[in-house]
Amino acid sequence: MATRTPNPPAPAPSDARVAEPRPRRRSTSRDSGGRRPGLLVYGLLSVIAVVSVFPLYWSFVVASRDNSAVAQASPPMLPGGNLFENIARVFDTVDFWLAIQNSLIVAGTVAVSNVFLSALAGFAFARLRFPGSKWLFVLVVGTMMVPTQLGIIPLYMLMSELGWYGRLEAVIVPALVSAFGVFWMRQACEETVPHELIEAARVDGCSVLRTFWTVALPAVRPQAAVLAMLTFMTAWNDFFWPLVVLDPNESPTVQIVLSNLASGYFTDYSLMLTGATLGVLPVVVLFILLARYIVGGVMQGAVKG
Amino acid sequence: MVASTTPPETPQRPTPSRQREPWRERLARWDLRGTPYLLILPFFLVFMAFGLFPLLYTGWVSLHDWHVVLGDQGFVGLANFATLMSDPNFWNALFNTLSIFLLSTIPQLLAALGLAALLDRRLRGRTFWRAGVLLPNVVSVVAVALVFAQLFGRDYGVINHVLGWFGVDPVNWRSGTWTSHFAISVMVVWRWTGYNALIYLAAMQSVPRELYEQAEIDGASRWRTFWSITVPSIRPTIVFTVLVSTIYGLQLFAEPQLFDPKGTAGVGGNSREFQTVTMYLYEEGVRLGDAGYGSTIAWALFLIVLVFALINFRLSRRIASKD
Repeated sequence: MATRTPNPPAPAPSDARVAEPRPRRRSTSRDSGGRRPGLLVYGLLSVIAVVSVFPLYWSFVVASRDNSAVAQASPPMLPGGNLFENIARVFDTVDFWLAIQNSLIVAGTVAVSNVFLSALAGFAFARLRFPGSKWLFVLVVGTMMVPTQLGIIPLYMLMSELGWYGRLEAVIVPALVSAFGVFWMRQACEETVPHELIEAARVDGCSVLRTFWTVALPAVRPQAAVLAMLTFMTAWNDFFWPLVVLDPNESPTVQIVLSNLASGYFTDYSLMLTGATLGVLPVVVLFILLARYIVGGVMQGAVKG
Repeated sequence: MVASTTPPETPQRPTPSRQREPWRERLARWDLRGTPYLLILPFFLVFMAFGLFPLLYTGWVSLHDWHVVLGDQGFVGLANFATLMSDPNFWNALFNTLSIFLLSTIPQLLAALGLAALLDRRLRGRTFWRAGVLLPNVVSVVAVALVFAQLFGRDYGVINHVLGWFGVDPVNWRSGTWTSHFAISVMVVWRWTGYNALIYLAAMQSVPRELYEQAEIDGASRWRTFWSITVPSIRPTIVFTVLVSTIYGLQLFAEPQLFDPKGTAGVGGNSREFQTVTMYLYEEGVRLGDAGYGSTIAWALFLIVLVFALINFRLSRRIASKD
């Protein structure tokens, strides 16, 4: 993919005098240094962009060729015409439809419930006063440090006990709400739900839940959308826990099906990478559509220095 | 309770009948007091049941001879831990984990710092560049591992092909300890550098601009400004990313697991060249069903993560501090 070449930088004054802020520039963007970066910076960034995109592009190239094309003296660099045959082969080899369906159910449910439950808790922490709220919130943040991956064996036994082994509940229920989500929505409520509105609703005799539903939730809609996206991606991409607790033949997710494509007697790269391309496509498309908000979100959520 | 801006009214509010408070009012009071706890309850329920309990129970299971199918076969005390200490596979896995962790984390965080400094300049098409660096992070680990498995192939891999241009003989990436560790580290670096760069960038945006202007007046070079102003100013963020990368890096699983040609059935190469501790945990605890031993590995890993997190916390604080 050709990277968009940026416009050449505005001619900078050759002598290094203190730059005056340009009135045209938005005040929200704060950058270091006064001078416009030179071609070197754009060149470096372009190289990084190419490196970022190349594996995905390569995956698409291989996906659109037959397997023998990969085994050539010099690897092909342009897409071929076998994409649809390869896609058909993926669907013949593994139950990709079922996997997509399962992944959609899992990621969709987890995203919706995360937004809703995190918003409830975030609203409580940001706008309600109750004894112990401070240290309960510290506890929430602290749980982010607990490596849940290490508890998988008892978790697995628990799921068997509940009769959830091999069922989607096993991946959905533990992910219904997350500390990150609570943290995120608390931040959102702090920023966008004015105290006055809450007071007004209270004076009007609104119950807490009604205030949440009619005042807070509509106000944090943009942040909720970003959280939904991030959660959806995380759930869609999850691998370790579904691998442990789901039955790959009965209830695969997209990631499990992809990993199965990789473990054959001989490696059919074009099959493998067609699967990989299909598996990342939904998330990459979503990301490209919403990149502005997600990048803005990541920047907001970062720990301030 | 909701704060009222006006001081409390006269305590003896005209209450016509103290016995029979209007039910509406009583309900509202309960609502104010109780509902907040109800709102945060789901999070704590889920965390207790599926986060904290399994982690603690892992400790209990590790003290038993416990098979996933057969169940508890009796208390054995620290026997599992003794076995672990003399288990060459465990030490091999630990070595591999630390090696891949160091090979990936250090370049990744340094590159992220540099990249953030580039993105902090007055760029045209800011969002495009920022989104571009985050793209690798939204791709699933599985897809990344599959693509890189091909790129690092011995016979037809693109990387060996490119090396061939420089007269380098094809490398069998999977068969060597260092070569496989290098290849896996490349995947990790590719996936996480942009993410960390954005986090650094966010922190850099809140560095007071006057500091840069002052440095410019003093005639400091960009390099100097970066190391003496930018890096110390974003110290908390650096400490944070070091901690997070430690916690995730030491639990590395999917990349090496899928780099094995046998996929999820593999053990990280023919002679466990790149089996990490989490992969060993998966092999023993899940695939072979030895829950007791698997839990022992999990606890050992937990302690290692803890120790490393502490060491890194201290180190990164010192390195990033002002002089």
